[in-house]
Amino acid sequence: MTAITIDPAREERIAVPHVPLNRVIQVELRKMFDTRSGFWLMASIVIIALLTTVGVVAFAPDTDLTYYTFAKAIGFPMTVVLPMIAILSITGEWSQRSGLTTFTLVPHRDRIILAKTLSSVAVAVTSMLFAFAIGALGNVVGTAIAGTEMVWDVSLARGANIVLGSLLCLLTGTMLGMLFRSSAGALVAFFVYAFLLPTVSGVLASIQDRFRDLQPWVDFNYAQGALFSGTLTGEQWANVAVTTATWLVLPALLGLRLVMRSEVK
Amino acid sequence: MITIDSLSKKYGAHTVVDDISFVARTGRVTGFLGPNGAGKSTSMRMMVGLTSPTSGSASILGRRFADLPNPGVEVGVMLDASAQHAGRTGREILTIAQRMMGLPAHRVAETLELVGLTETEADRRVGNFSLGMRQRLGVATALIGDPSVLILDEPANGLDPAGIRWMRDLLRGYANKGGTVLLSSHLLHEVEVIADDIVMIGNGKIVWQGSKTEVLGAAGTVARAPDMFALRRALEASGVQTSVTDDGAIRTDADSTRVGRAALAAGVALTELRTAHGGLEDMFLELTANTQRERKAA
Repeated sequence: MTAITIDPAREERIAVPHVPLNRVIQVELRKMFDTRSGFWLMASIVIIALLTTVGVVAFAPDTDLTYYTFAKAIGFPMTVVLPMIAILSITGEWSQRSGLTTFTLVPHRDRIILAKTLSSVAVAVTSMLFAFAIGALGNVVGTAIAGTEMVWDVSLARGANIVLGSLLCLLTGTMLGMLFRSSAGALVAFFVYAFLLPTVSGVLASIQDRFRDLQPWVDFNYAQGALFSGTLTGEQWANVAVTTATWLVLPALLGLRLVMRSEVK
Repeated sequence: MITIDSLSKKYGAHTVVDDISFVARTGRVTGFLGPNGAGKSTSMRMMVGLTSPTSGSASILGRRFADLPNPGVEVGVMLDASAQHAGRTGREILTIAQRMMGLPAHRVAETLELVGLTETEADRRVGNFSLGMRQRLGVATALIGDPSVLILDEPANGLDPAGIRWMRDLLRGYANKGGTVLLSSHLLHEVEVIADDIVMIGNGKIVWQGSKTEVLGAAGTVARAPDMFALRRALEASGVQTSVTDDGAIRTDADSTRVGRAALAAGVALTELRTAHGGLEDMFLELTANTQRERKAA
């Protein structure tokens, strides 16, 4: 065995540099891909984008073969997969207990959470650019096959709205991850948030007139929906702002507080 | 150096760690000893900021853990070797630590070799690791940054006899080179062999602390001579209380120096002179008696 030296005799090291944030981000980004589940979750974005594009080309009526159809079809599964990525990136530290190492290597949990949020956003933006590209390819190929005219009906502003909507979905995952700090709990909560609550809200709106007027102001999902379907009026932007504050920002602050205070065991 | 100052942790009315203070000194291995649930792990988590103390403080190298700019290169920590993502390979876990600390990439292979994990083992997923391999990987994560302080919770846990010997030699060598080692254990023999200083904790309180020599000195001495009668008379004459053990040796509370001198003065040849066996164990059981689960049996 070669002599590998451990030399602990340096109690007063001079000026050890701080762990810079970009290093933490790089490591957190790496941790999203380096497990089998993480890898397949990422791969699923690519696979789903390709499958939905093929699906649209094969099954959508010719008149619907526009860029928006492709963008929407690819975008929807992403609003489910991206939050999961955000959730698992945070809850893994507790559920898999790797936080014991992570939070001792960087004893500032807010920095770790910031790094995780930024890496999730980076993954989301990359995925969406990829989705737009695949959608464009689908539009070119699809219309060529169907012999219809190419329709590019997603303006830059509309595209930006879709990106914003997807990011809100993703950050909902980040928020739930912080709030629950358990993969199972956060995933269940996400499905309640994304599917159960909107359904309940929809039923309520259909049977109660008073709630129908209120819905855009209290239903996060409903208000967000506008971002995916075109340009927004001033009131719709206000709806997005109010629901985001109540359903995302406030619980996220509570979650962050819990993350900072909770014991890591 | 690790300085623990009046550290306490309460959960509601329940006190888990109760006003503990001690110092783990440079160049020494400090054994943190206590029965299950005595508060060892909670204390260690407070030292590294994973649990916030109710009162008191812990400082490492003169600073709070959270104030260390890059903790990994100053303090090696292993609190639970099994607390790793089961889906990562051993090498990946070490690589994450290496990247986070900003170390050169070759440290990964070097550290794997240092802890005796082969290349093939390192490429297996941690979910398939044996407890001993996880322990080695945990130690590797603690050592990769070449820190001057080590905080290890039950490092010998799950190691085979050869592994325990390896760990002991590693930590001994580390302390001899000027490092500070704080390790917790409920394995008395392990601590008795490796530690220079011992901090005994029971029910969240420190029940005894001192150097190992003091523990062993306090345990008394066992002596034998061909002429047991003469030996006993010589000891009694010099004012040492004696008793006869089950296997016919003489046991006293005096230390071995005093027994040896008394025998020499009386011209009695000794065939055996040693520290009473189970010194630490007796002391441990006695001091932690009211915190032991097996109170009746003890």
